[in-house]
Amino acid sequence: MHPIAAQFRRLLLYLVAWIPLAALLAFLLSMTHEVRPEEAVVLAIPLCLFYAVFCLSAWYPCRTTPIDGVSFEKLLMTHVGGALVAAGIWTFAAWVLAWILASSVNAFRGLNERLFPALPVILVTGILLYLLSVFFYYVLIALEASRAAEARVMQMSILAREAELKALKAQVNPHFLFNSLNSISALTSSDPAKAREMCILLGDFLRRTLGLGEKSAIPLEEEMSLIHAFLAVEQTRYGARLHMEEKIAKDALAVDVPPLLLQPLVENAISHGIANLVEGGWIRLNVGCENGSVSIVVENLFDPDAPARRRNGVGLANVRQRLMARYGNRATFEAKGEGDRFRVAITLPAGKSFEKEVAAQ
Amino acid sequence: MNAETSNKIRVAVVDDEELARQILREFLSSHPEIELVAECANGFEAVKAVAELKPDLVFLDIQMPKLDGFEVLELIGNDTAVVFVTAHDNFAIRAFEVHAVDYLMKPVAAGRFEAALKRAEERLEGKAPSNRPAAAELAAAARPPAQYLERIPVRDGARVSIIPVAKLDYAEAQDDYVALASDGKKHLKQQTIASLETALDPSRFMRIHRSYIVNLERVAKIEPYSKDSHVAVLTTGAQLPVSRAGYARLRTFLDR
Repeated sequence: MHPIAAQFRRLLLYLVAWIPLAALLAFLLSMTHEVRPEEAVVLAIPLCLFYAVFCLSAWYPCRTTPIDGVSFEKLLMTHVGGALVAAGIWTFAAWVLAWILASSVNAFRGLNERLFPALPVILVTGILLYLLSVFFYYVLIALEASRAAEARVMQMSILAREAELKALKAQVNPHFLFNSLNSISALTSSDPAKAREMCILLGDFLRRTLGLGEKSAIPLEEEMSLIHAFLAVEQTRYGARLHMEEKIAKDALAVDVPPLLLQPLVENAISHGIANLVEGGWIRLNVGCENGSVSIVVENLFDPDAPARRRNGVGLANVRQRLMARYGNRATFEAKGEGDRFRVAITLPAGKSFEKEVAAQ
Repeated sequence: MNAETSNKIRVAVVDDEELARQILREFLSSHPEIELVAECANGFEAVKAVAELKPDLVFLDIQMPKLDGFEVLELIGNDTAVVFVTAHDNFAIRAFEVHAVDYLMKPVAAGRFEAALKRAEERLEGKAPSNRPAAAELAAAARPPAQYLERIPVRDGARVSIIPVAKLDYAEAQDDYVALASDGKKHLKQQTIASLETALDPSRFMRIHRSYIVNLERVAKIEPYSKDSHVAVLTTGAQLPVSRAGYARLRTFLDR
């Protein structure tokens, strides 16, 4: 959308701003002593109206050539080239107009010939006016960008508050959100594209979790894509410190599991494992499917010397309870640390979900 | 160091996440009076940097590998102003109990950051004399209730060691310090023996003398020493004096 042409009020203001420019042009033309003042005025007004509309088009090269995104040479070539073309057309239009006036109105006879020495003046004025509008558009673009950035920050803080509420419902750890938002906030100035990407990843993850609240079972494949969205966000925070390896048996992907069963295990492995390691470490996720039961193993490195006081185990206890409530003794859960490795192993019956079993009875 | 740089406020930023450091760096960069002297990604680095570079102000994350923010504060002492920066709101009271200048929540708002920086600058101008209690005392007072120490961080110059309390044989008062005996070595820490006593689990450690706390698991036997006093012989071979009151306490424990 053009910032001026798209709004009638702005367009009007813009055209009004050209009135003094038209006066200036008339003055310059009459300075050549060949063109009489009344002729200069009659020429300048339609010419400036034409050029005002013409210069609106300068916005497009400005938009496609961001001032800090391209080399100085390219910037110069784009806009000086544009200015030459625009001013050339304008000068030609001036001569055509003078010719029409000269041949149709008696009082202006010979105007086209008398205008001849003034054509360089028109050309130079045209170049300068075009470059002025280029400058004007860059200022406008910068203003818009800063306003958009402000709006984005505002939007983000509103998003954060709402997300906090819903996240609590969905059992997503709010500190994960706060830290992620802090990372996004850091990226907005240094790497806006990355910031946007992280917003989208975070949004993707939240949307997936929020939608899961009502469901009692989802295919493992869906849980895995939830984990991938989660890991993508965490990867931005932890960078090379977080290394995930996964091995999933193909036929396990279709198996129904309770939603958010594995995600807390991965989150646990990060916040109590990787986060406490200076150099970071790996998390291994293995899912196998054999004899009608699914086995899931999440293993990660951790710092055995780190104090255990942190709310370690709340997430794990939650997973265990949900497993037991749903499957009873048909499921197993085991979590223990050995040396510098922490391992959680789960088995649960494969195949039809609990819900479907009930429905079938 | 020339006169110009010495007027600047020297700042260190400690956070294990690069992006979290980056935003603080960005906020700091608009302050010509600030000089960023160190960026650290964990507690060990932080203690080392503070010992070597002596910054005036540290922005300190709380949950980090190796040493958490409170342990770092305990080790760097009182001469450095600290602003905690964390995503957690549940450490705020503890933070102010250990005389943190401010407590910033992630995501960090620019306005809030400026306010914290202003507070820190005001505190630095006032340059409070260090008649405040030792940082370890404050940390002990700020420990969450009903939770005993599991490990004791100690610093020797820029080097940090962590003593798990299970490996602590005994502690001995030495003026303003306690000497912590562990693994055949002694580590000095600026803390009173009384505050260490309250921080340790009383079912595992006992004050047996005005100047001694002993790990009860290490006590091999108690022998009479003079008419009024005894010595405790530890499994490590060390012999510690036991006062009369200490002997009475030990007896009730051993008789149980």
